[in-house]
Amino acid sequence: MTQAMQAQGSAVLVNEVGLHARPSVKFTQLAKRFAARVEFAFAAGGPWIDAKSPVKVMRAKAPRGTTLHFRAEGPDAAAAVAAMEDLVNRRFDEGEAP
Amino acid sequence: MTDRRSAERRIAGRPASPGYAAGALYVGPIGARAERTAGDPAAERAALQAAIEAAAEALRDLAQGAGVQAAGILELQVAFLEDEVLAEPAYAAIEQGVPAQQAWAAALDVEIAGYEASEDEYFRARAADLHDIRERVLGLLHGGGGAEPAGAVPAGAIWLAPDITPSRFLAFDWARGGAIALTGGSPTSHVAMLARARGVPMVVGLQATAGETGGLHLAPAVLDARSGELVVHPGAAARANFEQAARSYAESAGRAAAHLHAAACTADGTRIRVLLNVAEPADLETLDPSICDGIGLVRTEFLFERHGGQPDEATQVACYERILEWAAGRPVTFRTLDAGGDKPIPGLTIDGESNPFLGVRGLRLSLLRPGVFRRQLRALARAAASAPAGAEVKLMLPMVTLAAELTHARAILDDEIAGLAAAAIAHRRPALGIMVEVPAAALAIDTFDAEFLSIGSNDLVQYLAAAGRDNAAVAGLADPLQPAVLRVLAQVCRHAAASGIEASLCGDAAGDPRAVPALLHAGLRVLSVAAPAVAQVKAAIAAVDLGRAHD
Repeated sequence: MTQAMQAQGSAVLVNEVGLHARPSVKFTQLAKRFAARVEFAFAAGGPWIDAKSPVKVMRAKAPRGTTLHFRAEGPDAAAAVAAMEDLVNRRFDEGEAP
Repeated sequence: MTDRRSAERRIAGRPASPGYAAGALYVGPIGARAERTAGDPAAERAALQAAIEAAAEALRDLAQGAGVQAAGILELQVAFLEDEVLAEPAYAAIEQGVPAQQAWAAALDVEIAGYEASEDEYFRARAADLHDIRERVLGLLHGGGGAEPAGAVPAGAIWLAPDITPSRFLAFDWARGGAIALTGGSPTSHVAMLARARGVPMVVGLQATAGETGGLHLAPAVLDARSGELVVHPGAAARANFEQAARSYAESAGRAAAHLHAAACTADGTRIRVLLNVAEPADLETLDPSICDGIGLVRTEFLFERHGGQPDEATQVACYERILEWAAGRPVTFRTLDAGGDKPIPGLTIDGESNPFLGVRGLRLSLLRPGVFRRQLRALARAAASAPAGAEVKLMLPMVTLAAELTHARAILDDEIAGLAAAAIAHRRPALGIMVEVPAAALAIDTFDAEFLSIGSNDLVQYLAAAGRDNAAVAGLADPLQPAVLRVLAQVCRHAAASGIEASLCGDAAGDPRAVPALLHAGLRVLSVAAPAVAQVKAAIAAVDLGRAHD
């Protein structure tokens, strides 16, 4: 049995509108690129939310200024967490129109 | 007996997309759905699955032909339909024997209620996207396409409905005219954004119940989407008022558009330079540099918010170079970090100040954090080397109060320039100027040895009037055209003219066409405004005759 790889991290939502429509779509599309299970939470202890589900991500209604904690489990867990943090830190690569 | 059908009725609402429209009201959505016979759970499950897949497919097709903004909106709907989580409760209900359409509608209603309960207006507005998905799938379950049948809505009609979904908006041919009047809705909804982008007049929050609007189908009406008023069965006076307002709006919009790419000149032929305020480089991507005479204000805060308060030098250089490249030789003024006040940056600004607007903000913070300040000055000097020879690159210090602060900052800049020269790193010394926004600096402007001045009218007004920008209750006192402000502006402009340096104004007042005449008469010849205001400001400038006394 191989031990599944685990990774954790966090980033602050600094884009204008928080985890809204377009940021959510980018967020889930990026998470889905990884084989690892990717989850996020508003507190380091959870509850954890599936980062690959647009419906669940939008339900979380994370406003600007929220700290997102990430955790991933799987072969590419570390890369997944790093990529998710980077997307948030890059403000989802967009202008501020929601 | 009065004829009820012809009684004029005025209904107040909120403007969501400016413009005017006259036409028949189309009260929708109407049109009954065909009845559908439910099968066993397996058949119902398959029917719902097929409808969801077909809906996603139709939305992907619609997104193909749509503009970038519309495609972005549809993308969320597609992502939702592709997410199994959305239909999970519906499939569970189907297993219990509930017909597909009821199961789907109930599942979506729960989801929609979650958005409607949100405190954030933007999230509340997403309920309309869920509605859109709900209706589209229901339409497909009933064997229809879900879109409006062609010809059902008269050309130029004013749609009167509780809300309208983005996909219905996009499926309609707005080239034939028309407008939207909603009893619900929100100015921040996707549909409102689309309406503004397409120039479709739209009003939301009309004060009328569903029972009242039901009787108005096909009634003649006029919609003033600048004031937010819908007039049903307008009388002769209401119609005349409407036509006059609509004509003058169309004329001013047409005039303004004609001014967009032209150099701004007053009626008496005085050239006024119109510059852009830029909050971040992405703002520039869709803009043609020929609409402006340069950039009068680059706010650099975005860099610091994005990189956790400490963007490295290379990141800054790349970003400043990108802006200079866009400007293509036009002058560009970068403002050094203006954090603090209403713009805290975690880890950088001072927490817990009892009055942050009067605290450590702007240059005060930069002088307190010399490492951060020096790095930004170095990055700006390095980026300036990338500008074409002769192109002006300027560096503006915010919240300067005393001449000694400028002297101090200049010594730091000189030191960094010397360091770059010693290390043989390509650089150019930007012109060093100040933002005039603290009354003490404005009143003693002759004590400053600045290479240029830029008046930050938002803060100058709040400090002169002792009326906070964040307090709506005193907004009436924060009038940028009050005598005290205009006198200070005139004094700063006189000093600049006498010393042969440029004075510009980069606050909100510069972008307000009503304020433009007073600003020009006060002596300003350079205005820096947000991009959407350029055409209107140029049009307002063209109407000013500086040869005649103001007022």
